[in-house]
Amino acid sequence: MMAIPLAGALALALPRERFLGDDAALGRFAVGLSGATLLVGLSALTAFDFGAPQRMQLRVDWPWAPSIGLRFHLGVDGISLPLVLLTALLTFLCLVYTAKHPPAGGRLRLFTALLLVLEVGMLGTFVALDLVLFFVFFEVVLVPMYAVIAIWGTGDRRAAALKFILYTLLGSGLLLAGMLLVGVKAGTLDMTVLAQRHGEGLTRGVQIVAFLLMALGFGVKAPMWPLHTWLPDAHTAAPTAGSVLLAGVLLKMGTYGIVRIALPSAPEGAEFWAPWLGLLAVVGIVYGALACLAQTDLKRMIAFSSVGHMGFVLLGIATLTPVGVNAALFGNIAHGLITGLLFFLAGSVKDRYGTGDLRELGGGLLTSAPRLASVLTFASVASLGLPGLAGFWGEMLALLGAYRPDADLPRATFVTFMAVGGIGAVLTAAYFLRMLSRITHGPVPDERLTAGPVAAVTRHEYAAWLPLVALTLLVGLWPKTLLDVTTAPVRALLGGG
Amino acid sequence: MIVLASLTILLPFLAAFAGFLLGPKLSEALRAGGATPAGPEPPEDPRAVVFEKVPGGGPRTGERVWRRAAVVAERTPLRNGPALAACLPMAAATVLAAIVAFTVWRSPGERAGTLTLVGTGSVPIRIGLQVDGLAAVVALMVCCVALAVQVYSVAYMAKDPRYSSYAAFISLFTAAMLLVVYAGDLLLLYVGWEVMGVCSYFLIGHHWENRENSRAAVKAFLVTRLGDVGFLFGIFLLGIGAGSFRISDVLQRVPQMPDTTVTVAALLLLAGVAGKSAQFPLHTWLPDAMAGPTPISALIHAATMVAAGIYVVARLYGVFLTGSAALTVLGVLAVISMVGSALAALAQDDIKRVLAYSTISQLAVMAAGLAVGAKSAAIFHLLTHGAFKALLFLAAGSVIMVAGSNLLRHYGGLRRAMPLTFLSMTVGLAALVGIPPVSGWFSKDSIIEAAQHAALDGHRAPEAPAATLSRAHLPDLSAHMPVSGTPHRDLVARSLAESPGPLWPGVPGWTAWLIYLGLLVTVALTAAYAARLWLMTFFGETRGEFEPREAPKIMAWTVAALAVPSAILGFFGLGAEELRPHLGSALLALLLAALGAGGAFLLWNRDPAADPAGRLGPLRPVFANAFHVDTLYDAVVVRPVLALARLVVRADDRGIDAAVLGTGRAARRLGGLLRLPQNGNPQTYLTGVLAGVVVIAAVVVISL
Repeated sequence: MMAIPLAGALALALPRERFLGDDAALGRFAVGLSGATLLVGLSALTAFDFGAPQRMQLRVDWPWAPSIGLRFHLGVDGISLPLVLLTALLTFLCLVYTAKHPPAGGRLRLFTALLLVLEVGMLGTFVALDLVLFFVFFEVVLVPMYAVIAIWGTGDRRAAALKFILYTLLGSGLLLAGMLLVGVKAGTLDMTVLAQRHGEGLTRGVQIVAFLLMALGFGVKAPMWPLHTWLPDAHTAAPTAGSVLLAGVLLKMGTYGIVRIALPSAPEGAEFWAPWLGLLAVVGIVYGALACLAQTDLKRMIAFSSVGHMGFVLLGIATLTPVGVNAALFGNIAHGLITGLLFFLAGSVKDRYGTGDLRELGGGLLTSAPRLASVLTFASVASLGLPGLAGFWGEMLALLGAYRPDADLPRATFVTFMAVGGIGAVLTAAYFLRMLSRITHGPVPDERLTAGPVAAVTRHEYAAWLPLVALTLLVGLWPKTLLDVTTAPVRALLGGG
Repeated sequence: MIVLASLTILLPFLAAFAGFLLGPKLSEALRAGGATPAGPEPPEDPRAVVFEKVPGGGPRTGERVWRRAAVVAERTPLRNGPALAACLPMAAATVLAAIVAFTVWRSPGERAGTLTLVGTGSVPIRIGLQVDGLAAVVALMVCCVALAVQVYSVAYMAKDPRYSSYAAFISLFTAAMLLVVYAGDLLLLYVGWEVMGVCSYFLIGHHWENRENSRAAVKAFLVTRLGDVGFLFGIFLLGIGAGSFRISDVLQRVPQMPDTTVTVAALLLLAGVAGKSAQFPLHTWLPDAMAGPTPISALIHAATMVAAGIYVVARLYGVFLTGSAALTVLGVLAVISMVGSALAALAQDDIKRVLAYSTISQLAVMAAGLAVGAKSAAIFHLLTHGAFKALLFLAAGSVIMVAGSNLLRHYGGLRRAMPLTFLSMTVGLAALVGIPPVSGWFSKDSIIEAAQHAALDGHRAPEAPAATLSRAHLPDLSAHMPVSGTPHRDLVARSLAESPGPLWPGVPGWTAWLIYLGLLVTVALTAAYAARLWLMTFFGETRGEFEPREAPKIMAWTVAALAVPSAILGFFGLGAEELRPHLGSALLALLLAALGAGGAFLLWNRDPAADPAGRLGPLRPVFANAFHVDTLYDAVVVRPVLALARLVVRADDRGIDAAVLGTGRAARRLGGLLRLPQNGNPQTYLTGVLAGVVVIAAVVVISL
């Protein structure tokens, strides 16, 4: 369904110089192709029956390797639909941006091809309904991302890329073990069947081990503290489009996996590990915020802020309540929109000033580049969780979930988590405002005044930012758009809870 | 009705968007249509802008240039796009708010409407509004002050390069404040509450070229946000406890909730209230917030946003009555805030900081009123304070612009040159001190009377039978303003009648006494600092080097217009029994005020050129620095957090990361060993994987 235009992209982007010789044509081609994907995504939106978002819709179910029961089984429901659209949108925007602002290091053709492969993997992960298929897509994402960081990155890119791949492969190993354990024990690899059974047929022990393995595997991706250290390096090194997709989509694959696979297939295991998951989540929130406070690099700071935001998402999941999981899904989308925007902006800042270091940037961005700085302010304010913008609802609902977690979980522990999470929210505001105050406020440093005016914001930059800004506003002002889609499937997932 | 209310909110909201996106373009379009009055000015070279500290954060240009621009602005209102986009919707919203208030006055009662329910998987959020007497009058007050400030700013900010975004933020702020006032759902209220906070942040930091302003803005946002987190948790407690976030549902179910839950919730809400309303210990942001342009101080940091805290307490009064420990805490904090900040106001040099500390003090008076059960008196004071404090700030703004400084010692003798401002400010200060018959006297007196009542009679309460008591105290407890709704009264009555255990929810006797004495001391101190400000600004010889003359018309007349409600608003309270002045307390307060003002006058009279505060001796620096609370916070909170942050980064680089890399190296060595069985035969691999799975499964099975 959605993989078809992408498979086409794969085949077309790979051939030699004969096809689409110059970069401009290549850019148009890539934009057109990802735009078409986005259109397919949007048409899926219209075909989607919002009356029953908990049902898997638009399914594709072909036998793949019948001998071992593998099926090529795809479909979307209310949980995956927003993520699918987010992926299509962000890839599209990345390619629009790249068409005019190619990453340093040339080889645009390869870069475009890799981004498209990446898109296939990401979309596939979100629509796969078969464990092995899911895993295949999950892994497909890694290699292009590794290459993107290693070839077009800046700074110590090889080390960063190596760290990224080692970490995530380790996680994948654990994940595979966990999924196979579930698959073998339950006798099916079909995720819908697994979800319907709610762990029936699996003993408590199996569930506990399986959930641990899967949570660790997904936790690397999410990233969950203390498995996060690959993230800042990877983000700092990656080119703009890479960072945007890494933060906007790749991180979501971890939390999506927990919600989609780990929670429904091993509910007892989830219950056993939930307090620990919550603990790590809360530590991540505060730790990420504190790390941001002392960060001097813009991209590194945004990367650490992801640790904090994904902490809220994980906290939501750990509560095992519909409201908590809703919060997680909401947080996923909001984080994808806002942090994607932030990385676009950080890229633009770096393009213009040649540095992302807060001290070197000095200040006065609002004077020298008022529009860029205004959008940066908007994104930061959204990211710190201002009500009325997207970031707030995820955080608020996660805390609300923690106030009243699932009946079988220790309540006092979670209320403590909630309080600590609240402090984390204050610290989040602190570091974003500190960053804004440092680089956007104050007088323009003297050496910058003599360097001449800064390039104005280009059309392509606007094209990349504005949809994200608009969606942040829309989802923030009208959270119903998202909550209505996710609530029913989440309830179904948690066993009618 | 609800449609009108939502329109009232939406108008400024849309105006804000229009301002952000179209403001300057609208101006261009309008200019293109008419004859251009003054040729397009050459854009200012950023290098030429002088970044010296302009007191009060006013426009950065000199007095002469600014005045010319202001006069142009007031003569050509139709060519000023941002001003039109800001003022017209605001005026329309004011009219709508007035209609709403009038309707509620004609037929009191609560009206609620729900637009939609947002399911969250837990307690749903209800996007809906609720209008009753309390909401209607406060909303009207907000609209009036916001309109005055918008009109005033047209001239005041005439020379500001970012007037457009400034006006748009004011519109956005007003929309958020109206949302707080009209909200029928706690989370919706919270949304407005936070948006106000962020607007306040942007407006305090409007002149961000100056690092100090930027810091003040960050501080204001963070301190209030700290309180807001508590506020949010309080909302959770109430919402989950009641099974609904709707305010009326919550109030209805409070009596059935466990006492501890309600008390904890009330205390958590208080954290947010203390943050927003700048009460001790979260008050330190307000004096620094004076870095914003003066009209902003008038709107946000005096008349409306800071009053939101008090408003919320009144709105959720049932919660506070049930969790009465919270009322005691509120009372004690209020006493500390009112006396402490009044003392601090005595020694400030900066006219805006005097007014800022005075705001903290007056908000504390309202909080004290709430603590002793005088809800309607507190709201009454909120309204009169909104009028006269906005007046005082705007008048101060005129003085600052004319004098080019906001230090009291640069003024003097302005009464002849600025008669309109002088008269208005006199009315405002009289209201602040509480001199009959201006508005402040009525409202402050009714609070003092209630405190006196609580102190003298309150301690007898627990002995009396519960039921009669609740009735006996009802007049004090319930809102019964001429336009204020009665449902609250019924609600309080119901909650009192139904709640088990000791019924008089008032504060203990010692707290009541503390509040009473604190109020009296504050009256004297208020009179002293108000007299100092008045004398140093308008009397004696001019001490600064400037040419004293009246502010531009549009500013002076806006201020004068505000003087009308400041003067006569008090008479509206005569309709309600508990708001009428009482002879005993009124005389006592007046005597104390005379004492304070007289003392200030005597000190000043000895040497009109010197500052009466000089007589405070060694106490002066302590007062001027507001008891060094800021220094304390810096040492106890700010620095440790920053140190911790640095520690985390170091730990992240050396600790966790090193551990992981170390494992990586170890793994590589291990990998060397494991390379032996890797012979490339897929079958072996598959066997290995399966063997692994079997082992794991076996372990699991055995462990069960």
